[in-house]
Amino acid sequence: MNYADEFRDPVKAKGVLGAITRIVDELDATKEKPIYIMEICGGHTHAIFRYGLDKLTPPGLEFIHGPGCPVCVLPMSRVDECVEIAENPNVIFTTFGDAMRVPGTKKSLMQAKADGADIRMVYSPLDALELARRNPDREVVFFGLGFETTTPSTALSILQAESDGLTNFTIFCNHIMVPPPIKALLDDPHMILDGFVGPGHVSMVIGIRPYDFIARDYGKPIVVAGFEPLDLLQSVLMVLEQIRDGRAEVENQYSRIVPDDGNPVSIAACEKVYEPRPTFEWRGLGEIDASGLRIRDRYKAFDAEIKFDIGYGRNNVFTAEQEGCACGDVMTGRIKPHACPQFGKGCTPEMPLGALMVSSEGACAAYYQYGGLELESVE
Amino acid sequence: MCLGIPGKIIEISDASRKLATVDISGVKREVNIACIVGDEPLENLIGTWSLIHVGFAMSRIDEKEAALTLDVLRQLGEAQEEIEAMRASAAMLEETS
Repeated sequence: MNYADEFRDPVKAKGVLGAITRIVDELDATKEKPIYIMEICGGHTHAIFRYGLDKLTPPGLEFIHGPGCPVCVLPMSRVDECVEIAENPNVIFTTFGDAMRVPGTKKSLMQAKADGADIRMVYSPLDALELARRNPDREVVFFGLGFETTTPSTALSILQAESDGLTNFTIFCNHIMVPPPIKALLDDPHMILDGFVGPGHVSMVIGIRPYDFIARDYGKPIVVAGFEPLDLLQSVLMVLEQIRDGRAEVENQYSRIVPDDGNPVSIAACEKVYEPRPTFEWRGLGEIDASGLRIRDRYKAFDAEIKFDIGYGRNNVFTAEQEGCACGDVMTGRIKPHACPQFGKGCTPEMPLGALMVSSEGACAAYYQYGGLELESVE
Repeated sequence: MCLGIPGKIIEISDASRKLATVDISGVKREVNIACIVGDEPLENLIGTWSLIHVGFAMSRIDEKEAALTLDVLRQLGEAQEEIEAMRASAAMLEETS
């Protein structure tokens, strides 16, 4: 099957692919000594596999799949805490569906629900707010999960709850930010990356300036990209052109959606409600400075961590990965998903052992869905 | 939950809370439009397209961009997932009332 047929403009795609190949050749990059480009966003990872971009691009270019899938970097202890809050008899625990199947040390939210906890999947924190209005005698908790794209939604929900005078609505805030793990990866002495494809919708909120340090302090190119296959190819080409020309800049390929300064209303709401935690735990990456958000004191009435005396930093239990799960090594690019002994055996999208298999944006699920058969035939 | 889905604003449902009814691939739901309102009257937004993230309009887009984005989301299976999540959430609230 020729994936290129699915491109809206196959002629243009061919042109861009040709230009990519020429630069990769010019740079003498080979399968053995490739140029490594990390796509940070899980949505991009999914699109790269869906359109087979990793196969269309030359062997001298290798994609490394970044930490930008919020469900995948969620430590098991956070899931355990969600379960503990949810098992409180007066609580209605609400969450995006994505978080339901993430394994905790004892159970997932899905299993906790089957065991009788009142856990409800909602599309939006607005629906959790509505539940709180309709159930004044119950405590409604919303699991605040995700990067900068979802953070404004919970910040604005807290502001709405305050102006509505709701006292039975809290957020269990586990929001995280994109730039800090990129800095952590760049500080890793084993770092091999040559450039980055930056997230589209996160940047729509925060703009492109928060990536300045990547170019300025680390001398690496980053290009913020859209989700169309052609967007991604063009962005990869822009990264390669920078490498060839010896430039390191923050460029915006997705300017039709991403303003350089982001969305001012979102930024202001997040600033008002949240502050960075000194440090936060990432599954597979460990502790990263100033990478997570917590609710400011001013809004503590809406903070589930305070209401239920639970959450990150309270009992500091480090939870090891499940036996045999190599999510951490996959996440840091040390091994490819199919090199994990559990891949497709003890760990499948239906019965995930590790978080990277849970979400369609996780590298393992993407390999399983789009690359599984070919990998088997190679083996 | 990370990728936005295009929706067309069809009416302002609660001006004080900055809520609007939006048509997302044939599913109508209420979304918060605080992040896309400027100085002009809210009514001016009716008929325009936005990228909707978990019930919040985050960026205005034109009709062509909306169609292209929806197409990619369908191919990734994300559009179907979002719409299913919206329907399930509405049904859950319905049961509660």
